[in-house]
Amino acid sequence: MTASSIQPENDVSWRDTVAQSALRLPAIVSLFIWSIVPLLMTIWFSFRRYNLMEPERTGFDGVGNYRYLLSDPSLTSAIGNTVLLVCSVLVITIGLGTLLAVLYDQEFFGRGIARVLVLAPFFIMPTVSALLWKNMMMHPDYGFLAFLMRSVGLKPVDWFAVAPLTSIIIIVSWQWLPFAVLTLLTAVQSLDSERKEAARMDGANAFNIFRYILLPHLERAISATVMIETIFLLGIFAEIYVTTSGGPGFASTNLSFLIYRYALLEYDIGGASVAGLVAIVLANILAFFLMRSFARNLDV
Amino acid sequence: MSSKKLRRKLLMTALGWAVALVISFPALWLVLTSFKTETEAISRIPHILFRATLENYVAVQERTTYFHFAGNSVIVAIGSTILALALAIPCAYAMAFMPTKRTRDTLLWMLSTKMMPSVGVLVPIYLIFREMNLLDTRTGLLLINALLNLPIIVWMLYTFFKEVPREVLEAARMDGASPLRELYDLLLPLAMPGIVSTSLLAIILAWNEAFWSLTLTAAKAAPLTAFVASFSSPEGLFYSKLSAASTMAIAPIVILGWLSQKQLVRGLTFGAVK
Repeated sequence: MTASSIQPENDVSWRDTVAQSALRLPAIVSLFIWSIVPLLMTIWFSFRRYNLMEPERTGFDGVGNYRYLLSDPSLTSAIGNTVLLVCSVLVITIGLGTLLAVLYDQEFFGRGIARVLVLAPFFIMPTVSALLWKNMMMHPDYGFLAFLMRSVGLKPVDWFAVAPLTSIIIIVSWQWLPFAVLTLLTAVQSLDSERKEAARMDGANAFNIFRYILLPHLERAISATVMIETIFLLGIFAEIYVTTSGGPGFASTNLSFLIYRYALLEYDIGGASVAGLVAIVLANILAFFLMRSFARNLDV
Repeated sequence: MSSKKLRRKLLMTALGWAVALVISFPALWLVLTSFKTETEAISRIPHILFRATLENYVAVQERTTYFHFAGNSVIVAIGSTILALALAIPCAYAMAFMPTKRTRDTLLWMLSTKMMPSVGVLVPIYLIFREMNLLDTRTGLLLINALLNLPIIVWMLYTFFKEVPREVLEAARMDGASPLRELYDLLLPLAMPGIVSTSLLAIILAWNEAFWSLTLTAAKAAPLTAFVASFSSPEGLFYSKLSAASTMAIAPIVILGWLSQKQLVRGLTFGAVK
């Protein structure tokens, strides 16, 4: 410390830079390695002939994997399922979440406990949620939904056989609705009541207050919720793994599950890498739009 | 309270509770089933009233190595959080108090790494792990979870550190405190509530992480997420034992979650919603 006081000015700032970098770099470098090295390896493998079951077949394959995979109808259906899953869950959770956020902003008896009950599904680990729905809710014999349908005289539905993707959308929406309610409720509560009161004085009805005061106020929270949910929904895996294993056929296989099928069930590293790149490209297209609107709303 | 206001409040109470019970019903049913006998659990007409039994909880612990998997979950969740904090605290400190032109871009870049779908890098990570003998080890899973949560942790700490008044730290610097002294003696105690809620969020996320647990671990290092998934095979299917195992797996985290719900919003939305 005493030595630095007689050093020239630029030397002090140089030492500062070193000290600062020493603080920042461990986190930045590990994240950099984590995000770049596997990506480069995925790109490299995507051009190679590489199957763990046939170690003797190696070498450069050009666009062979790409040609093989892009003509595979399961890829198109997996992309379709991924988009459908993400979009349906977003619409359901944000739509219902907004309504419920308004509901749980009202004063009523036991509101604290009711809120806690609504939040519970979000903290339940995905494998438990999936098993719970599969065995105890949607099971055609023992499920609670089957009981409900029988008691009104209907024939129980075998959910995962008849509507596998819809069933998964229901489960995932159940898991993510609480998150939407929680973020949107936080945002609703930050709206000052004077503005609502003033609008009411001016003769605005409940719908108008919702439409012209509340919704614009929620814009930022909604954009954040959409972004975070999209990140997690693109990677939905455990729910499919536990319930349908992607079936019947490829009916409920999304990109995550398709890659898992290629890589760890068929040991086709090249094919899985191409599918991995498709997932990354898809995420980046979405990220481009989401991050732009999100960054604008951010006070860094 | 006027009668009109009271009527409105009663109506909201009915509506609010009805919705809450419908949404939480599957979870409540799970807990209820864990106290039933197997015959009651698969009865075609659900039992609401029954004599509660603890035998499922006893059976889960006797017949499976439940505590082995619970231990894995604890080690991975807490270990990964400590590792990530060790990397993130200095970084967030430097960003909050010695910002440079690139700080904003660095933060946004960190956020963007979360946009990379895990599954896109499943193949290389699996192969690297195989090469380094990290498959089915707690160390491997701990590392992955630390890296997965690092961006969120840096972001959360950054927003908490920004709220600590700069003057306090500047005064200390005037008195000749070094940056590290400043960090350990002043900032950490002041920002402790923020650090605690960041840790809670990281523990919750790591505890519930399923993708890497299912793909990278097996009998040895599997955490509870993977252990519960092993009940999905038909031969292992006992409803009330499954429910008891599940209830034990989710109980600690549901409680932690309720305690930290406000911070959770802030952390998961990267400070955009407070």
